[in-house]
Amino acid sequence: MSPYRLIKDRISANLFLALCLLSILTVVLIGVGLYGKSIPILKQSSVFHLLFSSKWKPFKNQFGFLTYIVGSLVVTALAIVIALPLSLLTAIFISEYMPRRMKQVLIPFIDLLSGIPPVIYGVWGVLTIVPFIQDKLAPHFVEFSSGYSALAGGVVLSVMIFPLIISILLEVFNSIPQELRDASLSLGANQWETIRHVVLRKSVPGILAATVLAVSRALGETIAVLMVCGNQARIPHSLLDPVYPLPALIANNYGDMLSIPLYDSALMLAALILFVIIFLFNGLSRIILYRLERRSYL
Amino acid sequence: MKRKKIESFFFKSLMILATLMIAGSLVMILWTITAKGIRSLNWDMISKVPEGGFYIGKGGGLLNAIIGSLYITIGSTLLGLLISIPVVLYINIYARKDSSLATVTRFTFDVLFGIPSIVYGAFGFTIMVYFGLRASLLAGIITVTLVIIPILARAMDEVIRRTPEELSDATYSLGATRWETSKVFLRQSLPGIMTAVLLSSGRAIGDAASVLFTAGYTDSIPTSLSQPAATLPLAIFFQLSSPIQEVQNRAYAAALILTVIVLVISLGAKYFSKKLSKNKI
Repeated sequence: MSPYRLIKDRISANLFLALCLLSILTVVLIGVGLYGKSIPILKQSSVFHLLFSSKWKPFKNQFGFLTYIVGSLVVTALAIVIALPLSLLTAIFISEYMPRRMKQVLIPFIDLLSGIPPVIYGVWGVLTIVPFIQDKLAPHFVEFSSGYSALAGGVVLSVMIFPLIISILLEVFNSIPQELRDASLSLGANQWETIRHVVLRKSVPGILAATVLAVSRALGETIAVLMVCGNQARIPHSLLDPVYPLPALIANNYGDMLSIPLYDSALMLAALILFVIIFLFNGLSRIILYRLERRSYL
Repeated sequence: MKRKKIESFFFKSLMILATLMIAGSLVMILWTITAKGIRSLNWDMISKVPEGGFYIGKGGGLLNAIIGSLYITIGSTLLGLLISIPVVLYINIYARKDSSLATVTRFTFDVLFGIPSIVYGAFGFTIMVYFGLRASLLAGIITVTLVIIPILARAMDEVIRRTPEELSDATYSLGATRWETSKVFLRQSLPGIMTAVLLSSGRAIGDAASVLFTAGYTDSIPTSLSQPAATLPLAIFFQLSSPIQEVQNRAYAAALILTVIVLVISLGAKYFSKKLSKNKI
């Protein structure tokens, strides 16, 4: 064997290993980078004050994230409440009842839709959901709503996360051995009873993981929500009030960021908060899903 | 006995209803975007850059944003491949597939995959400030690369991991080094790599939050990496918030253009993943 080939092999091995370690390190770098930028504001006010005060006056150096955190939570909760039951029912239907042919049409269609960019969902929200809330829905409940509201944000987000939840749930249902279903059916349970007592019971961790992933996706979604949720920094009293979620805060203010002291630091802290929460959520649900995958090989 | 049947019927109807609602809302999105966009779509939109007074409804088109988006997508995909291919090869061929390094790397990419692009945007911004860069094509490309590396790596890993063990047994028994084995594996999984590239470029071309801070926006087509670049998602976003109807209409047309591009890319990805299943050993 010529030494050339061995040297090539050795060099590539070291180089590839370095790139591999570097990409693992990215997670740390993102965390450290954002933390580094948030140090000035963390020195100025306590974490407790930052998280639980709703006073947001950048010119007076007051940065309380509460309204934005509430905004994010309201929109996310709404999206999950709408999307989870619908996606769960749909995923059960696709996996347990639907004939093969129809599956082969519907699943690629859902996949296709999961590739549509967020900004398109935003445009759709502005064109259909917002006017619907303004003209049809809101007049029944309040005197005036522009339609740009927590509800609009929640609906648009829920449509965005349908494909994500469904595709994970389909994988989860797929990992449940057919033998378990057969056993239940042969004992005289009908199909619905089998789903309820066997399939769903076995999938609880997977459904949990899908939900957590969906929550973190919804928390971080920026443009689509920003376009329809109104962006007014008040604690909402009803779902028809506008809200101002954290990602929208970051996206809307990057222009002024450098002209006001501590403002950039505050926005980077907002990004850090999102990063940490979503990192934990994602890690948790991935661990659950890994476990599930391994179980299915038994 | 009767209760059992009613319950079963009830839930099955609920499921059908839910499926119809979800499929319906997805169809509705495509329909709304197409119906609204097609009215304002014309040749100028895709062949001209904005002229004077474009943002108050005068002439011009979105060529700047289309080209900007393409530059960013192509640049970030190339850069992303340059980093993700070696990593995927390392964890599948150089290291053992089930080594703890491979597990940690896969876990990292899974987690990074879920990090929202606004966080990448903010991180890209801190890097820019650190190195004294301005909002530019280069900064945009770097940030989008960070967004798509997890997508590329996960998709390619999925393919290469499933390549049968016998292939490497065969190459090693012929005396090949790991580097040479890697080349064989890459050739074998070429359609899978194409799928990964298309998946990631779909994301790269449509992502707005990551380029918002980093790529800037301009009316001209960038001629160097240090100039700012316009992107389609931001063109849609900015024009939609205009109070002028004409400008808003252009946002709808731009939305249609972006949707068509993304759908074509997704269909391409489907085509290559079908091809991959024929390529099986």
